[in-house]
Amino acid sequence: MDELLHILNELHPDIDFTTREHLIDDIILDSFDIVTLIAEIGEEFDVTITADKIVPANFNSAKALYALIQELQDEA
Amino acid sequence: MNKNVLNDLYATAARLPDKPAYCSDTVTLTFAEVLQRTESIATCLHMRGICKRPVVVFMRKSPMEITAFFGVIAGGDFYVPLDEEMPDSRIRLILENVKSPLVICDADTIEKARQFDLMGGELALYEELIHTEPDRAALDAIRRAAIDTDPIYIVFTSGSTGIPKGVAACHRSVLDYIEQLSEVLAFDEDTVFGNQAPLYFDACLKDVYSTIKFGATTWLIPQRLFSFPIALVEYLNEHRINTICWVVSALTMVSALGTFKTVKPQYLRTVAFGSEVFPIRQFRLWREAVPSATFTNLYGPTEGTGMCCWYRADRDFADDEVIPIGRPFANREILLLRADGTLAGDGEEGEICIRGTAVTLGYYNDPERTAQAFVQNPLNTAYPEIIYKTGDIGRRNAEGDLVFVSRRDHQIKHMGHRIELGEIEANVDMLDSIQMSACVYDNARQKIVLYYVGDADEPSLTTALKGKLPRYMLPNRLVRLEKLPQTANGKIDRVTLKNMAQGK
Repeated sequence: MDELLHILNELHPDIDFTTREHLIDDIILDSFDIVTLIAEIGEEFDVTITADKIVPANFNSAKALYALIQELQDEA
Repeated sequence: MNKNVLNDLYATAARLPDKPAYCSDTVTLTFAEVLQRTESIATCLHMRGICKRPVVVFMRKSPMEITAFFGVIAGGDFYVPLDEEMPDSRIRLILENVKSPLVICDADTIEKARQFDLMGGELALYEELIHTEPDRAALDAIRRAAIDTDPIYIVFTSGSTGIPKGVAACHRSVLDYIEQLSEVLAFDEDTVFGNQAPLYFDACLKDVYSTIKFGATTWLIPQRLFSFPIALVEYLNEHRINTICWVVSALTMVSALGTFKTVKPQYLRTVAFGSEVFPIRQFRLWREAVPSATFTNLYGPTEGTGMCCWYRADRDFADDEVIPIGRPFANREILLLRADGTLAGDGEEGEICIRGTAVTLGYYNDPERTAQAFVQNPLNTAYPEIIYKTGDIGRRNAEGDLVFVSRRDHQIKHMGHRIELGEIEANVDMLDSIQMSACVYDNARQKIVLYYVGDADEPSLTTALKGKLPRYMLPNRLVRLEKLPQTANGKIDRVTLKNMAQGK
């Protein structure tokens, strides 16, 4: 989780990602962020986030995103 | 001769009154409704005695905002779009520059608008303006008196000193642009546009004005869909969208994330892209997914009214090839000039300069910066003739097509946006907690990297910058240094910084 928070904080140093739960609905993450996140998560965690997983529910909080990463790691 | 962009709206509203013109998820406006709202807003301006003035439109992106633009033009005025996404300091600078007598808002923006000094201008609510009974005799008189070199809009673009530049364009430039563009891209009455471009840039001219010219339909795609590629393609299919003119980054977002394995666009026949280099691998994925569509690369600065050059990308390209920017649209010429003002030779690099009706009127209320970029054609000493110097360096390849080479200055393209790195630095350097800063672009990772010296930590610096810069101009990485590297003659060493950013 720390690695993920590090990636998120690099994008938005002014946001506390441990508490926010509406990252998409509050327009904290935009299109550029999503593309960057997918690339960096891919490198850091060695997983591929496929298009069908790129839905708001998976990106609205660090927790949800981390759960997705774990799910993908378990599958691999 | 058609000398007014709204003649198309009058003709189409008479021919296809009930056809949807502009649609969003919540609102559809037919051509008759667009014209009715246009006339009501224009009548309000006329009743207030506002003519030949800039009128600010500060609304959320919607079909209604487009009718406000048209209403301003029909009133004999020119619109200045503002957007909630703009940071406060930019909004303030624009309001100070244009000194608009009226600021048209909607329910979503009026509270924010109240926070600004409107420089003597009044606030007006869109919803109240559209119930005015149209005074057709007065509006006809305004349209008859209008001259095709009168401005119809001012859009603001990044300026290296920290002050944005307001590019003003006239009827004739827009009419000419839409005519040439639509011939190349074969727009017609069956065209269904999927709009991506914000309405506060000239990039939206393609969708907005072609719609009234042909009686086409434009869907304003919700911005959040550009983060979720499958939903985006499903949206295109649901609304049978057949034409998209998008920035490259929006297209690559879809292809790079593997969307086409799940869903493909079913109706697309025209894909136009521009503002950035299209990575060949991504271009190939698009061509494979939509083999029957035509793909066209577009190039042009805001100062040349939308796009200026086009190239039909109808073949495969090698991985290391760059798609050319091609040739100018009809009725404009590209001059490749050497620094001394003479024409570059065959295959030689030169500055891309634009000649013709497409050249806009200049930067509004900014004679100094206008004079630097809008200059007398150095090849013509016989009579006044203004060309626009883009600052882009290009050359012609063996086929005679123009190829973009580089920038003359520190302007970059990032996510389709034109950004002066100097504007970022100017805003950073204004902060008390900063001693100095320098911005470079990491082309490989497509990140704006800011190096700075000062007490500010990263979160507080980001927070401060969010009030000053548009979101797309915020540095993607902040790096605090003890001091900035310098060249032998004491200037900031940008080459070293760029190598640091790119990890070399």
